[in-house]
Amino acid sequence: MEILVCVKRVPDTAENEIEVKGDGTDIERDDLVYSVNEWDNYAVEEAIQIRDKVGGSVTVVTVGDEESEEVLRREMAMGADNGILLSDDAFENSDGKGVAAILKAEIEKGKYDLILTGAQADDGAGQVGGMLAAMMDLPYASLVNLIDVVDDSTLKIGREIEGGNQEMSEIGLPCVLSIQTGINEPRYVGIRGIRKVASVDIPVHGVADLGLPADAVGETGAKVKRMDYFVPEMGDGAEILEGSTEEIIDKLIEHLKAKGGLK
Amino acid sequence: MSQIFAYILHKGGVADDTALELISAAKKIDADASLIAVVTGSGADLDTVCNDLTASYNEVWKIDNAALAYPNAEVIRKLLVNIIPGGSIILIAHEHFGMDIAPGLSIKMNTSFVSDAMDIEGRDGGAIKIIRQEYSGMASTHVTCDAGDGAVISCRPGSFQPDESKSAGGQLVDKSGDAGDLTANRTFLEVVQAETGDVDITKSDILVSVGRGIEDEENLEIAQELADAMGAVVSCSRPIVDAKWMEKSRQVGTSGQTVKPKVYMAMGISGSFQHLGGIKGSPFIVAVNKNAKAPIFQVADVGIVADILDFMPELTEKIGGM
Amino acid sequence: MESALIPPAKYFFLFVPTFLFSIIIPLAGVVIFTYIMVLRMAPLIRSAPDPRTGRLMERIGNLIRIWLLQYRQPRYMLAGVLHIFIFAGFLILSIRSISLVVIGIYPDFVMPGFNGFLGVVYNLLKDYAATWILVACIIAGIRRGVFKPARYGVPEKYGKDHTGEALFVLGLISTLMITESAFEASLAAARIQQHMHAEFIAPLTLTWFFKLLLTNTSTSGLQAIHILSYYIHDLTFFFFLCFLPLGKHFHVITSIFNVFFMRLDRGTVKPVKHGITDTELDDLESFGVKKLEDFTWKHILDFYSCADCGRCSDHCPANAVSRPLSPRFISIKGRDLVFNNYPIYPYGANFRQSEDLIGTIYDEDEIWSCTTCGACEQECPIGIEYIDKMVDLRRGMVDEGNVPQSLQKPLSALEKRGNPWGKLEKKRVEWTKELGEDLPVKILDGKTGADTLYFVDSITSFDDRMQKIGQATARILSSTGTDFGILGKAEKDSGHEVRRFGEEMLFQDLRDQNTDAIQASGANRIVTADPHAYNALKNDYNDLPPVEHISQFITRKITEGTLKLHSAGNGEGDKVYTYHDPCYLGRHNGLYEDPRTALDAIPGLKRVDMERCRDRSFCCGGGGLMLFYEPEEEQRMGVLRVEMAAEAGANVIVTACPFCLVNMEDAIKVAGLEGKMEAIDLAELIDAHLVK
Repeated sequence: MEILVCVKRVPDTAENEIEVKGDGTDIERDDLVYSVNEWDNYAVEEAIQIRDKVGGSVTVVTVGDEESEEVLRREMAMGADNGILLSDDAFENSDGKGVAAILKAEIEKGKYDLILTGAQADDGAGQVGGMLAAMMDLPYASLVNLIDVVDDSTLKIGREIEGGNQEMSEIGLPCVLSIQTGINEPRYVGIRGIRKVASVDIPVHGVADLGLPADAVGETGAKVKRMDYFVPEMGDGAEILEGSTEEIIDKLIEHLKAKGGLK
Repeated sequence: MSQIFAYILHKGGVADDTALELISAAKKIDADASLIAVVTGSGADLDTVCNDLTASYNEVWKIDNAALAYPNAEVIRKLLVNIIPGGSIILIAHEHFGMDIAPGLSIKMNTSFVSDAMDIEGRDGGAIKIIRQEYSGMASTHVTCDAGDGAVISCRPGSFQPDESKSAGGQLVDKSGDAGDLTANRTFLEVVQAETGDVDITKSDILVSVGRGIEDEENLEIAQELADAMGAVVSCSRPIVDAKWMEKSRQVGTSGQTVKPKVYMAMGISGSFQHLGGIKGSPFIVAVNKNAKAPIFQVADVGIVADILDFMPELTEKIGGM
Repeated sequence: MESALIPPAKYFFLFVPTFLFSIIIPLAGVVIFTYIMVLRMAPLIRSAPDPRTGRLMERIGNLIRIWLLQYRQPRYMLAGVLHIFIFAGFLILSIRSISLVVIGIYPDFVMPGFNGFLGVVYNLLKDYAATWILVACIIAGIRRGVFKPARYGVPEKYGKDHTGEALFVLGLISTLMITESAFEASLAAARIQQHMHAEFIAPLTLTWFFKLLLTNTSTSGLQAIHILSYYIHDLTFFFFLCFLPLGKHFHVITSIFNVFFMRLDRGTVKPVKHGITDTELDDLESFGVKKLEDFTWKHILDFYSCADCGRCSDHCPANAVSRPLSPRFISIKGRDLVFNNYPIYPYGANFRQSEDLIGTIYDEDEIWSCTTCGACEQECPIGIEYIDKMVDLRRGMVDEGNVPQSLQKPLSALEKRGNPWGKLEKKRVEWTKELGEDLPVKILDGKTGADTLYFVDSITSFDDRMQKIGQATARILSSTGTDFGILGKAEKDSGHEVRRFGEEMLFQDLRDQNTDAIQASGANRIVTADPHAYNALKNDYNDLPPVEHISQFITRKITEGTLKLHSAGNGEGDKVYTYHDPCYLGRHNGLYEDPRTALDAIPGLKRVDMERCRDRSFCCGGGGLMLFYEPEEEQRMGVLRVEMAAEAGANVIVTACPFCLVNMEDAIKVAGLEGKMEAIDLAELIDAHLVK
């Protein structure tokens, strides 16, 4: 099975303290460290496991700047066979639809049976997989936490729905699936693994290579734009509730209602 | 008058809470818009839901078909494209079904798309100004969405006040005939229920998390009762697992589960940083602890200095009586 | 010399000269033994290199102390003393056994040099030796067969009980002793009956007893006993020889080599591959131990040498809390695999293809369960190594990407941020803020210099509670007028556990960054309050200024008179302190006295030692990445340790390691001993008693 996995380089919230810049134009990026988006990592692991079971190849692709190459290498160190970097100044500030359009152009250059994305990213909207599928008229499912290969043209998949329940479906190939965390246990990739693939050639494709109209992507093509960042309200230190138990409980219930802790 | 469509989730003849929340969201876009609920399904349950919704929506579009008994996003997307006029604004709840259908729907409707809206700050000409969160809630953003050709917006459940006014006096429109082809290359098979006793605490929006303050295994019952009253799940800190009072899968912390709830009730948890390391995002943390100096109070939003064994039953009773 | 009985070399049994047996039995024995040993050598040759020939004098020293003098045996008094008797007896009887074999062919053979006085003395000695061996065997047999000490038990998952083999071998040894004595006693009895000159037989020996018993036996009866006991001895001797390499009694042969080649350093970790420099590591196809032959030959020899005595597991904290690890079975399972993969029967059988060790004989959890505390190695009477095996197996798993999810996060954070929590580098200095303006801590960035570098390491830098250790350390350094500073954000995690968890490349990365920063700081000496950092800087790093643990520093300053402590003072009257030896200070670096001296320098401080202290200290649960790993266990090591402290009559546990403190404080809560027991770091305690 030829599998393509779309990945993204993000600042992992587990390893960063996200702070908004004073002028609200961006988050503070000076001290940020970047990783492959956690969900994407599960998707790549799943692709590798499927490939190891039924044969084929795994290609990882990302839309990003030059530095995004590092996440491709990390995923190749995990076991992906090929990496493709989609990078062009014209891609900058693309919205979800723009990113999907870029990926579509690349995907159409190859022949893939299965396209995986992460279900979401810390700095994203969980939209590219679904958009890509719709653009390509491929069947789609999100929050996939189980994949069984039934035959050459069919997968049995599970989706994570409310209450930890699992919705089982059959889906025809080729298709696009967005992968939920917990579908597998991604293998560890250390410095050594990355060094092993350090010299593997990773092709870079831009607007011209993909035959995209420049105005379909990037800032000009974006219908959705991020205007600013700001800090959500957060208290420092607990507000200690005082008074009789009854009063305390009343105050607490008020708080809980406001925060969605009570319905 | 402009129209705003809301796709309604329902189950067992009852509309999801988000049905009324989407009204608030729609009104924040355009207070005067005509609100149209789109409800799909089959049989009597569907009728009940649709009839109830006429109180809140100006129009309720009912699509009744046996093929829609279970909401398959691939099928319903095709259906919505068939019945909703181009250029419309469509709202949907941002949960597993919304995440499944909304991005693709925006492509097929050729509209812009914003997911997981926390708030909407109105419409300025063709542009809708929306508040979202990024980085597990550590940063918020304003985004503008060019709705000139319509928009699909998914709204975070619980973020918009439910509109309880029920004064729309709307009408029911049966659109079943316009549904068109209801087949897709994705077939629903079944729902596998999560094993009881194997609750996934990472998926719960509300956690009642107990620490050593629970003192005894038998007292876990007290926490469970509170959780039941709140619609929450009980999680715990490491000592509880060490004592084998709860399963490992319930432990929050760097050595346990990483959770991202909306509300975290830290009951008798002192708040070691290994424990806090397992709480991501920015949940609303309520800490109840006998020790006023417990570090949990530094990170909690609301703190109560009390013995959880006394406090929890009273809170349960109060909530239960609401 | 005229003989009272026909010797085996001249006897005929039904017209067959028994002389033939005297030749056939040894010949067959030697041939079979050689065949087995050649096959046992094969895996040693096929395994990884490990040069162990250097530092000859130290090796000979070990050989004398640990092998010859059985120095570690009496750590278990009864079993140890029994073993010493049997071992010493074996050494003595080895000469007799060889000469006995020759006597079957040349009846008058005497070991060269043994025909004079030496021979007489030797004969006395060997008779007593045979006697005490038999006595020791009987006691050992009763012990194993009746009392069954728990440490010999074999949990179901590890296979069948080993008591049968042990008793069988004790039986073989007893047979050897009895037949040797009967052989000699029958001749002596015959001589007395025939009024010939009888050699002196030491009283109360086996031979002496047999001689008394046989006094009235007919000559033909004595002749039969003489011949029969000889050949039973001969047969048993060569059977035993060939039986040794088939099981745990292989140690009789291998222990001398195992001790000679045992590790000489503590606190270190073997390189990924001997003979490969750090810069060549990238060229290695595979890292660590994945298959049997990836072990070094010494580690295979360890497997051969394990005597199944169970002392390692008896002291293993992981085993004590029922983690899925028992070091004894690391060896036994390894040995069984070698035997299985290199079969001696049938003749000419092919060596078996090695499979991955993890998932076949070892489990992932088993290998991750080890805290590398070193108690097993400290206890092993024949120098078997475990830590390097664990690290090598982990290296293999890391190389395959087979790392528990709970460890992947901290490893990734260490790679990106230099600390396992992913905290911002610049926050490494935040702990200094609480010191106030009176005690500014210099940041040694190359521009600002100081004589002493305080290496803080991650947990003390970032953990709210452990920051207090950092603050106490800074105050101690400052109070002694020490010109000191820290590296600040340039400091990375020492990587001590990173290395021991098998992530060698990440460790080297951290080590190189720290080395550069330390060298650039211009400091002349390093002090740290974290034994893991101490061990890393001292044993894992190269080209650094001398490193001291804070306990050494404190003791040195007390001795110099620059650090003065006031008395424990009021309200502390009923406090009884006990010192918990951190593994990486004590066992791995031999620092047992300095922390105790520092404590005892506080006037009026009452201190008791726990039963398990010093080199028998019991690990708190492990530091570094072990905090993130979630083993299956029935209880926490720390809880057991806290209970030990309570048993010793202490109500304050003093430790000298931030990880110990984390684990102890947690354990006190879990054990429900809050208010009855407290834990404090040595630096904090000293800081509280500083005369300022």
